Amino acid sequence: MTDLIRHTAAELATALASGATSSVEVTQAHLDRIAAVDGAVHAFLHVNPEVSLAAAKASDARRKAGTILNALDGVPLAIKDVLVTTDMPSTSGSLILEGWMSPYDATVVTKIREAGLVPLGKTNMDEFAMGSSTEHSAYGPTHNPWDLDRIPGGSGGGSAAAVAAFEAPFALGSDTGGSIRQPAHVTGTVGVKPTYGGVSRYGAIALASSLDQIGPVSRTVLDSALLHDIIGGHDRHDSTSLKDEWPSMAEAVRNANVKGLRIGVVSELDGEGFQPGVLARFHEALALLEANGAEVVEVSLPSLQYAVAAYYLILPAEASSNLAKYDSVRFGMRVNPVGGGTVEQVMSATREAGFGAEVKRRIILGTYALSAGYYDAYYGSAQKVRTLVQRDFAAAFANVDVLASPTAPTTAWKLGEKLDDPMAMWRGDIATIPANLAGIPGMSLPVGLAEEDGLPVGIQFLAPARADHRLYNVGGALESLLEEKWGHTLLSQAPALIEGQR
Amino acid sequence: MAKAKLMDFDKALELFEPVLGFEVHVELSTKTKMFSAAPNNFGSEPNTNITPTCLGLPGALPVVNEQAVRYSISLGLALGCDIAPSSSFARKNYFYPDLAKNYQISQFDEPIAINGNVEVELADGRLFQIDIERAHMEEDAGKLTHVGGSTGRIQGAEYSLVDFNRAGVPLVEIVTRIIYGAEADAPELAKAYVSTIRDMVVALGISDAKMERGNIRCDANVSLSPRGSGKLGTRTETKNVNSLRSVERAVRYEIQRQAAILAGGGTITQETRHWHEDTGATSAGRPKSDADDYRYFPEPDLLPVVPAPELIEELRAALPEKPAERRRRLKADWNFSDLEFQDVVNSDLLNEITETVAQGASPQTARKWWTGEIARLANIADAEPASLVTPTQVAELQLLIDDGTLTDRLARQVLEGVIAGEGSPRQVVDARGLAVVSDDGALIAAIDEALKSQPDVMEKIREGKVQAAGAVIGAVMKAMQGKADAARVRELVLERAAAL
Repeated sequence: MTDLIRHTAAELATALASGATSSVEVTQAHLDRIAAVDGAVHAFLHVNPEVSLAAAKASDARRKAGTILNALDGVPLAIKDVLVTTDMPSTSGSLILEGWMSPYDATVVTKIREAGLVPLGKTNMDEFAMGSSTEHSAYGPTHNPWDLDRIPGGSGGGSAAAVAAFEAPFALGSDTGGSIRQPAHVTGTVGVKPTYGGVSRYGAIALASSLDQIGPVSRTVLDSALLHDIIGGHDRHDSTSLKDEWPSMAEAVRNANVKGLRIGVVSELDGEGFQPGVLARFHEALALLEANGAEVVEVSLPSLQYAVAAYYLILPAEASSNLAKYDSVRFGMRVNPVGGGTVEQVMSATREAGFGAEVKRRIILGTYALSAGYYDAYYGSAQKVRTLVQRDFAAAFANVDVLASPTAPTTAWKLGEKLDDPMAMWRGDIATIPANLAGIPGMSLPVGLAEEDGLPVGIQFLAPARADHRLYNVGGALESLLEEKWGHTLLSQAPALIEGQR
Repeated sequence: MAKAKLMDFDKALELFEPVLGFEVHVELSTKTKMFSAAPNNFGSEPNTNITPTCLGLPGALPVVNEQAVRYSISLGLALGCDIAPSSSFARKNYFYPDLAKNYQISQFDEPIAINGNVEVELADGRLFQIDIERAHMEEDAGKLTHVGGSTGRIQGAEYSLVDFNRAGVPLVEIVTRIIYGAEADAPELAKAYVSTIRDMVVALGISDAKMERGNIRCDANVSLSPRGSGKLGTRTETKNVNSLRSVERAVRYEIQRQAAILAGGGTITQETRHWHEDTGATSAGRPKSDADDYRYFPEPDLLPVVPAPELIEELRAALPEKPAERRRRLKADWNFSDLEFQDVVNSDLLNEITETVAQGASPQTARKWWTGEIARLANIADAEPASLVTPTQVAELQLLIDDGTLTDRLARQVLEGVIAGEGSPRQVVDARGLAVVSDDGALIAAIDEALKSQPDVMEKIREGKVQAAGAVIGAVMKAMQGKADAARVRELVLERAAAL
């Protein structure tokens, strides 16, 4: 088989099943691609070819013995560094965890191993998933494969860029306020934030526990669904994990049909503040769905105007507590002050040296928001807004099956452009944050390139909690319609990262 | 440490009314920890009973131990509390190296049990009601050992070691309302209250309840209100007092210390204080204000605890009798006099005697052992009687007397052997060869031997001077090293005299 890296995970599974290729061959092809392009992209923080090839070899042996673990056995994937792994360092993009080896695997990592998938490496991210550009990684930014001078989104820019640059067919990400969906939007890839509790958080290095959710990143809707089916389901190690029986997401894609589907367009996320090219592609996609039998109506979510403010109180509050454990006592970096010091001084010196500016900014903000005398005004009020946002969604979903909006207001911006203006970067999360506040699932998939800059644009679909399959239905349908219209996939239009190749 | 000035206790009571409040922490004896599957075992090698959750490793999450919830509900019910239909966990944030996550998962505004009442009985039988504000679930911290300093405290230590085996052990913290009116009984009431809690958790079977191991720890809040002022004084909180006697002493000490300061025109600093068993004094800990900012917020990793009403009723139906009721029943069952029973209660030996009786000893013999010889030996060893022997051993010892294997005197020697760790009473009897010689042949030989040096004894007995037998009996007992039944020796001597 030629050009193995251009295949989707589903296609690779078919090729492996037919004997047209082997897991070792597929894995090696991706490792070669990483070696060729990752110097420019910097999607990976850690790659260990020996470990990956050993897993691939084991998969090939299983296939030969007729004991494969899953249809995707032997397909490689990339893992966001927010997930702890026993065979690769887990840093969450922070210096304070540089080189840290976890003694246990995250539940989703265990699940992908038990399905026979082959980990290629750990992907770059904003430190502790705080950021929308991957520029806050302690290990340097990731570059957008569509334009290496631009951001790949964040915090999961590494996973999205790896998939967009054909370094991995799919990847695991985490989404606290859009960290899967916004990178998908700016890199022309697919990303899904499942229902809160749909996928275990055990072993996901916590940013904000009530908002964090693990999900798939891929080039096609079907690949996300296949990965979602593997990682989803109850985990007794995570008390917030739902005990539901979930329908197959892959089946939802295969049976995709939008006839009679009621789609609500969120009026607050359609117009002012959004880039014209983003809105143009968004409305074209809606028209295409309407032309194929969907019903598009306008809905209002009035509380969204407070969502970003509430989010940036709840997230720092939880993060300030979650990040207290990085104190040098049991693991990670330790900085001893000159001339020694008390344990408090060692903790302080370690945190001073180990955390980056954005992390410190949010720890200070969150500590303040939780302080006696301010709690009600800040954290308390933010939780009330959260309830209002949930009510808005409940009211909207009484009338529509899914909601739609652009995934983010703009296409990928230039690296460094918003670094000095954190508030501007935070405001860019307006479309993705509400789903995390409400615990509902969301998906971003590519709908074309903005005319003014030729950069990818994503559409976001949202569904009620536990109705993730609706996203795969509408996403799968729209993807087919668009590719039929274009005659190609969007990513096939991405610039070559190596001269003479596309 | 400079010795604080103390006011005479009676004088202090004349000038001030003591006001009390207690926070008692009870470690639950669940198999695993509060939020992880790590074993909840005391005394293991350091840092062996741990999981990623106990260590607060990145990505680890807590999961509530259902057994701990059941135990907590039972304790709440025993305290006469209402059980919250829904209670939730919160994070108490503060940095300390024994706290793996640098926050403690506790309960804040929605504790599992609220508004209870406990009846506490004083030594003279008077009853005192103590109102319970709340009982909430939380996790214990790890244990720090400070190495290199002279005091074993963090100040002056070269380095400190952390053992996380205790991190995450389930705790219930019981908080009383402010206790007024204890007056001169305040120290005794403190002891009686903690003792009542201990009896309660023992009866419920939810804690090992060993204070010396920290299974039950009492923080005693004491303040003094000047007579007639109607104003509450500034309180101190004496932490982690770990024996009943110490609770009593610590409260008495604080009353005397605070009274001396206040009478001298000084003010009390609101602070935690440490109790020192050796000096019988408290020393200043850290300043504590009501505004300590722990930045509590709802624990997002855990769902609220919503016990099924049926579960609560099931646990309510299974509650053991209340300590005061139990005491009334035991006194009647055992048929002890008021004095005898008070002695038992004051010596804190109710549980030991109950157990000993359950193992087959009669109540009176069990009482005599525990309040007599064992208490005497415990006093010499400066230890709790229950730490020397088990009720099972005492019962076995008594049964050996009852079946004639041992005399009282021999039994005391056996007890010493048991306390010395030589095994069970039976094993000590065998190893030391302490059993009564019941072989008449051996006794008669010894009698004959004794008669050789006192040939006129038999004559005197035949003449009716039976008391003359005493000299022979004494000599035989001496020859037999006490391992003879004196009554039997006497019988044999008299028989022999009659036969001559």
